[in-house]
Amino acid sequence: MTSEVVEHNCDLLIIGGGAAGCVAAVEARERAPELDVLLLEKAHIYRSGCLAAGISALNAYLHPGETPESFLRYVVRETHGIVRDDLTLTMAAELNEQVRKVGSWGLPIPRDELGRPLKRGRASIKIFGERIKPIVAKRAEASGARILNRVNVTGLAVCEGRVVGAYGFGVRDGRFHVVRARRTLVCTGGASGLYRPSNPGGAAHRMWYSPFNTGAGLAMGIRAGAEMTSFEFRFIPLRIKDAIAPTGEIAQWLGARQINARGERYLEKYYQHLGGQRMTTQDRLHATLMEHRAGRGPCYLDLRGVEPRRLEDTVRAYLSMAPSSAMIMSDEAYYARAGGEMAPIEITGGEPHVVGGHGLSGYWVDAQRRTTLPGLWAAGDVVGGVPKKYASGAWAEAVIAVRDMIDAHHADISVGELELAEQCRAERARVFAPRAHRNGVPAIEMEERLQKVMDEYAGGISQQYGYSEGGLKLAKLHLSRLEHEQGALMADDVHSLLLCHDVIDRITVAQQLVAHMDHRKETRWRCYQERLDHPLRDDARWHVFVNSVRHPDGRIEMRERQVERAQVQVVLPPLSDGAVVRRRRNDASETNGQ
Amino acid sequence: MGSEHGEIDVGIKVDEERCNRCGTAEEPMCVRDCPGDLMFIKDNDKAAITDNADCWDCAACVKVCPTQAITMQLPTSLVVRGVTLRGRGLRHKTTWTLRLRDGEVREYETPSTGKAPFTPNL
Repeated sequence: MTSEVVEHNCDLLIIGGGAAGCVAAVEARERAPELDVLLLEKAHIYRSGCLAAGISALNAYLHPGETPESFLRYVVRETHGIVRDDLTLTMAAELNEQVRKVGSWGLPIPRDELGRPLKRGRASIKIFGERIKPIVAKRAEASGARILNRVNVTGLAVCEGRVVGAYGFGVRDGRFHVVRARRTLVCTGGASGLYRPSNPGGAAHRMWYSPFNTGAGLAMGIRAGAEMTSFEFRFIPLRIKDAIAPTGEIAQWLGARQINARGERYLEKYYQHLGGQRMTTQDRLHATLMEHRAGRGPCYLDLRGVEPRRLEDTVRAYLSMAPSSAMIMSDEAYYARAGGEMAPIEITGGEPHVVGGHGLSGYWVDAQRRTTLPGLWAAGDVVGGVPKKYASGAWAEAVIAVRDMIDAHHADISVGELELAEQCRAERARVFAPRAHRNGVPAIEMEERLQKVMDEYAGGISQQYGYSEGGLKLAKLHLSRLEHEQGALMADDVHSLLLCHDVIDRITVAQQLVAHMDHRKETRWRCYQERLDHPLRDDARWHVFVNSVRHPDGRIEMRERQVERAQVQVVLPPLSDGAVVRRRRNDASETNGQ
Repeated sequence: MGSEHGEIDVGIKVDEERCNRCGTAEEPMCVRDCPGDLMFIKDNDKAAITDNADCWDCAACVKVCPTQAITMQLPTSLVVRGVTLRGRGLRHKTTWTLRLRDGEVREYETPSTGKAPFTPNL
């Protein structure tokens, strides 16, 4: 390999310049200006990550009367009891301060007469977030942190079991980067593209989560032997069909109800046993699929009777977060003008994702966001056990991690030069291998193969998200074949090399995911985690976290960890066997759509 | 992508009359901001997208273009063609031009930085 090698040294390395990474850089420089902070980003921090288009709401916020404890109660109910109380409480305690801070950086936050952020849902506030990403990115640039754009990190540098930096390559120049860092924070986001997406061919990237969030940060941790948690809790968005637009904007803001093809409010009419209008996020998706099976589908959000002026507000909100949805919505309105009335908007489930900001999957960390690898911290969508954190929660986790990272009590790491030199050579060979092949498989074909396997055997859209042991066995088999076939990937330029590593990382994440799905032999979260061969929730056996560690030989070891409940009173939703439980009004919570 | 029949008008389309590569010899802003690193400058000094199939429709390139040369149209596999979007990121707001299939043009503004306008009825 002839690629040029660039070496860097820093005190704090931040891998990934999204919501969490940018805020982490600012926090580190403000708290410890003497520190040399280096941030690596594979695109450009102005518009990278899942906030590229903007967002129209922050869905983790404590309104007046809410507390970290009440936020925890809401999350515990949504996750059927499997949640890290310590992570949720520490995150929730930071939320409002982070929102205030980013507001002071220039994020427009509409307020009511009393100056309070405008409420959109139980834990959600309205924002004008079209430029949310450039706002935090420019603050990170101004912080004095060194920002290195266009470097895709492929692996962690590990010396005697400690993380001492990272390796990566320039996505435009193909140079190999070697970073030595005293402490490292991984915050690259979750993984899209594991499953065959909702939309076909040329529209395949029109998906819910950023198609450029490939799970690289998860994959590098898995390869280095970090303990991961709850991958089996996938997140599957209930979306406006085709546009893949968030339903929350319409459901929460316009108060549009879900109706079936007969015009019935099906959540209330047929699914009171799941909580009716106040059921969990995953049960809204489940109920929508059930309507289809009962012959009452498709399902819709009912926009009849909504004032046109308010619809225009929705178009404006979509322009600030999912501009294509504004286009489709306006097109629908165009048809409506012809027909006289605004038609209900069809809703459906999207493709499954591994994303810790919405679901439970990610690194297993302690309350300070230390991973199980010494020297490595994690924040945002790569952190598991603390769902429903979204953007503001990612900011909260970034500052929690950074405060601990700059704490002088951590022993510094003595680097074994010899071990690292060997590892560096191996990683460089692995990274550039696809460039050496003149014949082979292009990344897109391997990606399609991965997505087909996951869709058909591991509960994709075509299987209505359900799966069982036999299919998972086949998924494991085909994924291990794919892993071996990775050696045949070819890249004729450096952009193709990036696409090769995207699919390599996705295969690694998918293997871990399938191992988790196989291990949990119950159905705890319908659609997200739905075992057709174990259709009931089994609290006696499975009220535990399912964790995993990948060993250097590729074997994935499964572990179970107890759920440690903080002293907060919690009311669990009914069991999935359909027992009817009517909740008291003060225990109810709203679904937080994003 | 060009062909002997001309341009396919879905996805991200650059109006070559308007594109001046940001009037700079440095990196043009659409090339800088695309989260998928999909925008590039062709030999004729005009911006283009490498592959529309890789695009997320985030419109980062659309908004940042100083000459409003970039138009977004949805893939035909999702929606019948004819709806287009242009935008312009200004200091405190972003302006949008949505053109519907019958040629009707709608203009929108979204606040983007600074104090939010007081909007009690929003």
